[in-house]
Amino acid sequence: MIVQALAFYLFAGILTMSALMVITARNPVHSVLFLILAFFNSAGLFIMLGAEFVGMIMVIVYVGAVAVLFLFVVMMLDISFADLRKGAMQYVPVGLVIGAVLLAELVLVYGAWVFAVDVAENLATPMMAFEGATNAHSLGLVLYTDYVLAFQVAGLILFVAMVGAIVLTLRSRPGVRKQSVAEQQRRKVEDVLEIHKVSPGTGG
Amino acid sequence: MLEIGLEHYLTLAALLFTIGVFGMFLNRKNVIVILMSVELMLLAVNINFVAFSAYLDDLTGQVFTMFILTVAAAEAAIGLAILVVFFRNKGSIAVEDISSMKG
Repeated sequence: MIVQALAFYLFAGILTMSALMVITARNPVHSVLFLILAFFNSAGLFIMLGAEFVGMIMVIVYVGAVAVLFLFVVMMLDISFADLRKGAMQYVPVGLVIGAVLLAELVLVYGAWVFAVDVAENLATPMMAFEGATNAHSLGLVLYTDYVLAFQVAGLILFVAMVGAIVLTLRSRPGVRKQSVAEQQRRKVEDVLEIHKVSPGTGG
Repeated sequence: MLEIGLEHYLTLAALLFTIGVFGMFLNRKNVIVILMSVELMLLAVNINFVAFSAYLDDLTGQVFTMFILTVAAAEAAIGLAILVVFFRNKGSIAVEDISSMKG
């Protein structure tokens, strides 16, 4: 029990600290690196909660794809980030007030959460049904049957996002010499090669 | 204190969500950090989902976490693509420069 509490406070503490560092770091590269740390710690929390598959997916998708994407963009854009921070303090008091109100409300709602008495009868997919199966196995049993439509739509969303990102960032720059396979295949010897007869001694 | 219950996870998620909201105010001009704040808020929602799933013994929360993950990845990809195109056209990513469509 002690170990569980210690692990929770360790993960939660590092998660909160790195989230704070994400929004306060001067250098956006540091922000991205702290974001990666936050994702790793949340993956640890998920594993503590018994959701191993989601925890692992968290590491793969967020750290492996999203955070690296952020890192690419931060390093690709040549921006003076110091200029972007100028005048930002002007809205901090408002942000602090809104954040404090939001946090107070959320803690008031969630702090003493009690489940309804008959909640156990109203579960959508009770884990009891998957006794003995691993987390990934039981997730698969639910995801590919009850939620197959949502699963397909999620795939469609990813596809649209991929096409959108490619269409947005693809550009054809004029004046760049590129290899054209069709052009190369169309070339014939007689088009490009001339044979002159040169008589000896004339030098031409 | 030593018994880790649902409230602990919910409080943590509330804290994380608030940090995300506050990050938007703090980095009002920097779209990249605003997108990172959105990721933090989605992470808070994911923590809520998984915590409820674990303490209710209901698998649906974890299923929906996967869908949120999908949407978060798509949102980050599209947002950053728009950002790259905007930077190519304007040479800056300051939020107040993104108002050229205002009449």
